[in-house]
Amino acid sequence: MSNIGSYDERLRNFSWRIAEKELGYRPGDPVNIGWYCTDRICLMGKADKVALYWEGFTGAEKTYTYNDIRLATNTIGSFLRGLGLQPGERVCLFMDRIPELYLGFLGILKMGGIAQPLFSAFGDESLFVRLSNAETSAVITQKKHASKVRKILDRLPHLRHIIIVDHDGAAPLRNREAAFSLATAAPVETFDVHPTKAESPSVLHYTSGTTGMPKGVQHVHYSLISQYLTAKWVLDLRDGDIYWCTADPGWVTGTSYGIIAPFALGVTQCVLDAGFSAEAWYKWIAKRRVTMWYSAPTAIRSLMKAGDEIVKKYDLSSLRHLASVGEPLNSEAVVWSEKVFGKPFYDTYWQTETGCIVISNYPGMDVRPGSMGKPFPGITGTVLDPVKNEPYPTYGKIGLVALKFDWPSRMRTYWNNEDAFRKKFRGGWYITGDRSKLDKDGYFWFAGRDDDIINTAGHLVSPFEVESALLEHPAVAESAVVSKPDPINLEVVKAFVTLKAGFTASQGLDLDIMNFIRKKLSPLAMPQEIEFVPSLPKTRSGKIMRRILHAKEWGEEIGDTSTLEND
Amino acid sequence: MALEGLKNIVLTYVTKEYLEDDSEPITYDTPLISGGIVDSFSMVSLKRFLENKYAIQIPDDRATPEAFDSVNKIATLVEEFVAKKG
Repeated sequence: MSNIGSYDERLRNFSWRIAEKELGYRPGDPVNIGWYCTDRICLMGKADKVALYWEGFTGAEKTYTYNDIRLATNTIGSFLRGLGLQPGERVCLFMDRIPELYLGFLGILKMGGIAQPLFSAFGDESLFVRLSNAETSAVITQKKHASKVRKILDRLPHLRHIIIVDHDGAAPLRNREAAFSLATAAPVETFDVHPTKAESPSVLHYTSGTTGMPKGVQHVHYSLISQYLTAKWVLDLRDGDIYWCTADPGWVTGTSYGIIAPFALGVTQCVLDAGFSAEAWYKWIAKRRVTMWYSAPTAIRSLMKAGDEIVKKYDLSSLRHLASVGEPLNSEAVVWSEKVFGKPFYDTYWQTETGCIVISNYPGMDVRPGSMGKPFPGITGTVLDPVKNEPYPTYGKIGLVALKFDWPSRMRTYWNNEDAFRKKFRGGWYITGDRSKLDKDGYFWFAGRDDDIINTAGHLVSPFEVESALLEHPAVAESAVVSKPDPINLEVVKAFVTLKAGFTASQGLDLDIMNFIRKKLSPLAMPQEIEFVPSLPKTRSGKIMRRILHAKEWGEEIGDTSTLEND
Repeated sequence: MALEGLKNIVLTYVTKEYLEDDSEPITYDTPLISGGIVDSFSMVSLKRFLENKYAIQIPDDRATPEAFDSVNKIATLVEEFVAKKG
């Protein structure tokens, strides 16, 4: 029997008090996610239970009990406090998936700081945009990534501390740098966890939009309530589980369901810090006897591409429940997983702004391959008529995925950008930016984005951000960035570029531009294809008509060209 | 084609393009993909470099994470396609 039991019965009797009671939280109490994930689990008698099995790509292994992570997070929190960092200050985590990333996240929360995890593959410009917007006070990083921070340091007057967790003394620490070693720091047994409240800011995740620069999605400690319960009911996490969430904590899945929910549930989880390899992944599942696996469609499609024969080499019988996140899970992947693993991947739908799963498939519920599923109990979802800003009265019509904005982990605002936050609402509904339709049984079916944002391998990339960066390349005169279909990643970035006088299109130049963007922004933002064109399609007022380029890439109708400037 | 020369060219390129200044130096056997040095998105630019440099076309189904996982493996793949070119 699954944790959720009957979805329909849960709908009838639902209240977020269910989660509050299980967590021992009463409205008005202090609530600190870091404490709930560590100290509380130890107080429940699970101090010696394994919290984390970690393995790096060299084969190095580390195991942490809940008491170990309690002490480690105390120690990190104490170190940060000792540097003079105050509650409310932003502390960025800019590391690979090493233990310090997971433990540092909770340590920041315990001292009342706001954790700002950033994907370690970000280039210095992507890093600068996010650190300057948040006026980040400290960055916890590794020596291999510190040089990116150093490059932008002069432009970050608020950044007082760069904390290097693997400083080996080979080179001296530089301006504003400090070393911290979890292995050698004296463990702090007793730590005064900062008494954050429900609405105290906790986490800042940056997300890309169609226009403008990335926005800081601000979450609060009360988010724990819905993260905890959705993990319990959707991911079906249980006390004896070995859980593997493949997401990097630089993204919201890696924090909500890679740190907060599993540790708050007192579950054992495992983390593999290595690049993708089908063999390595199956080997990991067999070695750790993973029971619950939360992954992403791009990875699943890569596993499909690697073939069924590899699966047979490993004993994956431990797998009990599988779920997917980040982009729509195509029906072929659902059917394939049922064939090779004996069970389907359950698609889950949510976004950085929602903080937790909002629409999903559930254990025990009929999975319709290709469907997003149904709203989580306590969450009201609909498909909005984009003209009337009201729910369609009947099913079957494509419209905007919209939610009543009232669940615990909803974002509270975009950092320093209330205006952008207000624009997310229409007619009293929160607009996700996705389109879908409802079938007669209440299942949602994804029908694309409502804007130009590119979803590549489950990560959002802003065409505007890439175009802005392209303009900084000496050869580029103008650019237009659109998505291009990809069998593994769903979509990848493609750039159309016009060149300045004196530059000639060549294979060497396109590689140079690709590398320029990869290093400046990130590998995700790097155009996977660059097409040099003599001109870009524009309206008579000079606005680039990306949708024409997009339609050509996707084999769609170009639509109205009456406003297109004549050549 | 002199394999050692090819390996050196690939090693130099990967070091210059994908490693930060303070990174540990890589060897011909350092795991590039499984070690997280070159991710699957960055592989496209590495493939493009190899194709441009050696005037070859590596089919997508041969440009796998396994085939690109070390300088040695990349060199073997490139040699194969250079030889096919004649």
